[in-house]
Amino acid sequence: MHEMALCEGIIGIVEEEARKRAFAKVNVVCLEIGALSHVAPEALKFCFEAVAARTIARGARLEIVETPGTAWCMDCSRSVEIRQRYEPCPSCGGYHLQVTGGEEMRVRELEVD
Amino acid sequence: MSSERIIQVERDILGKNDRLAADNRARFRADGVLVFNLVSSPGAGKTSLLVRAVAELKDSFPIGVIEGDQQTSNDAERIRATGVAAIQVNTGKGCHLDAAMVGEAYDRLPWLNGGLLFIENVGNLVCPAAFDLGEACKIVVFSTTEGEDKPLKYPDMFAASSLMLINKIDLAPVLDFDLDRTIEYARRVNPGIEVLTVSARTGEGFSAFYAWIRKRWAKLKQAERTAQG
Repeated sequence: MHEMALCEGIIGIVEEEARKRAFAKVNVVCLEIGALSHVAPEALKFCFEAVAARTIARGARLEIVETPGTAWCMDCSRSVEIRQRYEPCPSCGGYHLQVTGGEEMRVRELEVD
Repeated sequence: MSSERIIQVERDILGKNDRLAADNRARFRADGVLVFNLVSSPGAGKTSLLVRAVAELKDSFPIGVIEGDQQTSNDAERIRATGVAAIQVNTGKGCHLDAAMVGEAYDRLPWLNGGLLFIENVGNLVCPAAFDLGEACKIVVFSTTEGEDKPLKYPDMFAASSLMLINKIDLAPVLDFDLDRTIEYARRVNPGIEVLTVSARTGEGFSAFYAWIRKRWAKLKQAERTAQG
């Protein structure tokens, strides 16, 4: 259940920001989660409520912006979009791909009171 | 009047772990220690493989082992029986080691001046992929008793690893294990992954594994010399 650890990471960031920027309530936590990252957005949402319960983020809504996976195809010498790591290049069908994007797991912004 | 406002944050969720991993990495570099993070599913044979490896390498290098399991200190005891120092970390409900646990365990090991540190992660092909511990690289141990398509089922871990050790190769004939297909699948998710076949039971393939370690170690020493000018 590393989603729990990720949610604890999110709460840790929210709490630090609350101290730095003096807010007392969080309405929305906006995340950026890459298609090739280590977590499924649904699992994260499921855990977030539980982990947030006794923190400043209690009751906050989790908004997740999913970013596409991108890779450099070494055979085509161009950037392509992939949904999974084991997918072939959509252009040539080969597997000589170097992942270049879509691994992000970030807190983008907070809507606070 | 609503005081609602938007705050830009732009911070990595695993930022704290990544900072602690960077601290670990700096300490390993200062001590000249080469660190491997061993990952696999439960039962792939990580501990048996390590028991053999540390017993056979301990005269060449100072060696330490950090053992991660949810419960018990059985694995650390198996390592200690070889005469090599081992620290057991119990993650309790946790499914992976994190950089803080490894930093604390490293404090409790004897000084590994210029040696090797093996971290045996919790048997789990999912969560440990996300947590940098400060290691030089991950080694994924895969056994012939698992399905050939495991690299496709758990692509994150195979993508994050530099070396795939295919263990229990002595069982391959009775299992109709398809080595070529396994390697092909692993390279679909990670075209650069290196592959070695071993048997922790018979010792087959270990000399190639040690040669691989020595090559990484020589590279580290070369980098240290370059850094010193």
